[in-house]
Amino acid sequence: MAVNTELQGASYALPEPYEVSREAIIEFARATGAQNRAHRSAAAAAEFGYADVVAPPTFAVIPSQRAEALYISNPEAGIDFSRVVHGSEQFTYTRPIVAGDRLNAVCHVDGLREAGGHAMITTRTELTDANSDDAPVVTVTSTIVVRGEEA
Amino acid sequence: MNEPIEREEYRPSGADLAPKLRDQEVGRTVVSARIPLSRADLVAYAGASGDHNPIHWNERFAREVGLDDVIAHGMLSMGSVLARITEWAADPGAIVDCRTRFTAPVVVADAASGSPDTPTAYLDMAAVVGAIDDEAGIVRLDISVSCGEDTVLGRTQAKVRLA
Repeated sequence: MAVNTELQGASYALPEPYEVSREAIIEFARATGAQNRAHRSAAAAAEFGYADVVAPPTFAVIPSQRAEALYISNPEAGIDFSRVVHGSEQFTYTRPIVAGDRLNAVCHVDGLREAGGHAMITTRTELTDANSDDAPVVTVTSTIVVRGEEA
Repeated sequence: MNEPIEREEYRPSGADLAPKLRDQEVGRTVVSARIPLSRADLVAYAGASGDHNPIHWNERFAREVGLDDVIAHGMLSMGSVLARITEWAADPGAIVDCRTRFTAPVVVADAASGSPDTPTAYLDMAAVVGAIDDEAGIVRLDISVSCGEDTVLGRTQAKVRLA
């Protein structure tokens, strides 16, 4: 299976916004050992001026990986998921995610190159506020490496 | 009989507990921690994140794809490290940018005996002030993360907005 380099520049949008719930934030905070009270208590979050509990910074990976999956698991992409290794991850926030947000997610295939039998793919997923004219919330940039058959 | 004296009770709010920009110093270590990881932690993260890739919970499958054993989600390591930074920052929304490279896998073996939530791997992290941007009100923390001898997260940075 060869990675399809013609998909550079393609984009994949979640069909419906991802709805951020308090429960999902609390569960994610617990799973990553995040003790900050602002993840659990709306009153603690209000001390910093937020409308509801605040998500940990890497929470954005939930909607962004869903959008990335639309690309990665698309048969056209030619990606053997059992050979995928996560290379890097970056989150750049315009504002933090809070409970009650509805986030649109569009994954852009920004970089796609092959070297030494491996393929390195860079995706950029833009999460925007579906309640507010798609105002930017966070940009998630991810690189994956698809290991070649010999590796 | 004395009238009760009315006074405002002082209660520090979250913002009062946040570190201040003016107190930061390049080169100073602001967070250091050892983070334990168990098989149960990997299963909990799979559930919370929606990342159910079996290399993070099924030994046979992990070996079949060429790994030594089950490995932690790279994003679990990153998230656990950032959790210590948000604790330091007080305001979780103060983290305006964070990034990392996954440089080596973190093998999380099944505990030989006892409960599956017995830790079998430890991440050692230290966050040092790398740069201070007074104009933007942002400090850049440079974070080292290792597991045993291996650096597992490389070039890890968090930019934190401070008042």
